[in-house]
Amino acid sequence: MTMTRERIRGHRRPVAIAIGIAAAAVLAAGCSSGGTSTPVGTASTGGATQNGGGAVAGQTVPTAGLPVLQQVGKGEGQLNLIAWEGYLDPKWVKPFEQQTGCQVNAKYAGSSDEMVALMKNGGGGQYDMVSSSGDADLRILYAGDAHPVNVNLIPSWKDFFPAFQSPAFNTINGVHYGISLQWGPNVLMYNTKDFSSAPTSWSVIYDSKYKGQVTVPDNPIQIADAALYLKTLKPSLGITDPYELTQPQFQAAVSLLAGQKPLIEKYWSLASQEIFDFKNGNATVGAGWPYQVSTLKAAKFPIGTTIPSEGATGWADTWMLAAKAPHMNCAYMWMQYISTPKVQAMQAVTYGETPDNKLACAEMDKLQAGSCEEYHANAPQSYFDSISLWKTPLATCDNGQNNCVPYAQWVSAWNTQVK
Amino acid sequence: MGLGVEHAGQVRVSWRSRAAAALWRRPWARATILLTPPLAWFLLLYVAALVVLLITAFWQINPFTTNIERVWSLNNLSTIFTSPAYRAIIARTVGMAAAVTVTDTVVAFPFAYFMARVASPRTRTALFVAILLPLWASYLAKVYSWLLIFTRGGVLDSVLNLHLIYTNWAVFTVFCYLWLPFMIIPVYAALERIPSSLIEASQDLGGRTWRTTRSVLLPLALPGIVAGSIFTFSLTLGDYITPLLVGGTSATFIGNIIYSNIGIANNVPFAAAMALVPIAIMAAYLLGARALGAFEAI
Repeated sequence: MTMTRERIRGHRRPVAIAIGIAAAAVLAAGCSSGGTSTPVGTASTGGATQNGGGAVAGQTVPTAGLPVLQQVGKGEGQLNLIAWEGYLDPKWVKPFEQQTGCQVNAKYAGSSDEMVALMKNGGGGQYDMVSSSGDADLRILYAGDAHPVNVNLIPSWKDFFPAFQSPAFNTINGVHYGISLQWGPNVLMYNTKDFSSAPTSWSVIYDSKYKGQVTVPDNPIQIADAALYLKTLKPSLGITDPYELTQPQFQAAVSLLAGQKPLIEKYWSLASQEIFDFKNGNATVGAGWPYQVSTLKAAKFPIGTTIPSEGATGWADTWMLAAKAPHMNCAYMWMQYISTPKVQAMQAVTYGETPDNKLACAEMDKLQAGSCEEYHANAPQSYFDSISLWKTPLATCDNGQNNCVPYAQWVSAWNTQVK
Repeated sequence: MGLGVEHAGQVRVSWRSRAAAALWRRPWARATILLTPPLAWFLLLYVAALVVLLITAFWQINPFTTNIERVWSLNNLSTIFTSPAYRAIIARTVGMAAAVTVTDTVVAFPFAYFMARVASPRTRTALFVAILLPLWASYLAKVYSWLLIFTRGGVLDSVLNLHLIYTNWAVFTVFCYLWLPFMIIPVYAALERIPSSLIEASQDLGGRTWRTTRSVLLPLALPGIVAGSIFTFSLTLGDYITPLLVGGTSATFIGNIIYSNIGIANNVPFAAAMALVPIAIMAAYLLGARALGAFEAI
């Protein structure tokens, strides 16, 4: 947990342990793709659009036409991955190396921005994949740095929850640019001693009754949380996607947050900070991650949690394929491996995330009893439908008018109008 | 010097000796060779980086791709200076830096005086260790310790019923604590230099304690105070971690704005423009400090 890991999602799961060896990415020789390729246009990319994909009006992905792999060939012996620290734990990397002969070379990135920078020029012919988050995905895609992926070659993809098969942040017009990895919701947390009945609406964090006891992330993306609440509260605003807001919708969300400020004692910027504030009574209700909830529960703290009726926002990571990936076969082997229930469960339990593979639930309980339930890995479809996953707010939006408020303005509004 | 005799009757000058002789005759060449590596380091890594920063501040980002567009404009600066919110943040930052500097000066002066002129050598050493020891501890560890002191149920809350956590008072307290050694040391150095004879002369002429302090000690210690204030002022001006950890909802300072614009927002031009503000403030401050003779004390 370093201070530099602030980005849209705020700080990463604080469990991230420094693996120590920040292995300098090795420029491996070795030939690329031994498999055969055909252009995307003629071959099925599989699964097409479960939930529409995230087409952005007036913008195309420059690499959309690149041919996808049709058959995974012999491994190249090397795989260069850009990852969040701790995402390449020897626990699951070592077995992969033994199975496939692909030596994993890790390059750890400290921020989404660093990931975008490392992926510039398609990964520079050096990097194969990046474990990027929903906030960075679209920037990488639209810069033409990601390569289309043939999900038919990844057997476990079929076992993914539909919400993560073709999500808007990594699938554009039915073309996949990677495979979803893990995700987590931003849940409502409350001290059960202060709430006789469980709250069912986000309204509690905007309620002056809880003045001085509310805590929410110190993060401009909180505007999307306000927009999500307004979507139900004020249908007249016509909010459809909390990350694509027109100026009036955006202003409504911002003024809701400005009105919330007097209720707040602390905008939290580290997960550990929120845990500290709940424990010490500096906060009794707020927005947080399942990680904080399970940490507080483990400390026998009376913490309650819910996804309110309005739904919730959430973050999600993707293993994205670099446009100039030099080790295409090993990259596919990695996607095949990382999406299997057992590996998904291992990573979920280690980092307090929710797996994308629905078969991972049983494996999670084997690793840590009750963990599946705790991280909602067994939740019904309606649960996923209630989550709006993070993506970069861009000026371009689905309404075709390019009149949405871009993220830079989210930051300035957060700093000048909310705080 | 420099003449190597190799064979009898044949005088040969080795290349090393000739180079040494050439350098001896040309002092400017000696200085050039000696200074080039550190100067290149300074120019490339420090000045060049600042110049790039300066230039970036006049660029924009494309709202659609968030890529930096190299089109010259004053938009970033005009946003900063026309927006009341940003002006308030700048005023808050400068006010905090000034308050911290004044407080540290008031605390540091008697302390440094005691160390320099009253304490026995043994006590002085002990005090030096006490001042320098916190500098060896991690910045974050110190800030987090303060968090435990400020929190509900912490020492201040339970004993003095002072509820400071997540306020700008908390930020102020932590800043004063963090930067105090940077004020004490230069003030100590300045006070130690004052000859005792001057103080005795003042007393001989009828100057009492206050008069001697005001007319002799303070003017002579002023360069040290100004030197210390450069540290406390600039360190407060640029810090964003303390406000982030112990500050409340109004703890947005210049550093926090820069921090939140870099990262996924990728608004490096705006962050660069914001970074120009403390640079300009410090430049003015340093010019003033030079006028007060602060650099003679460093």
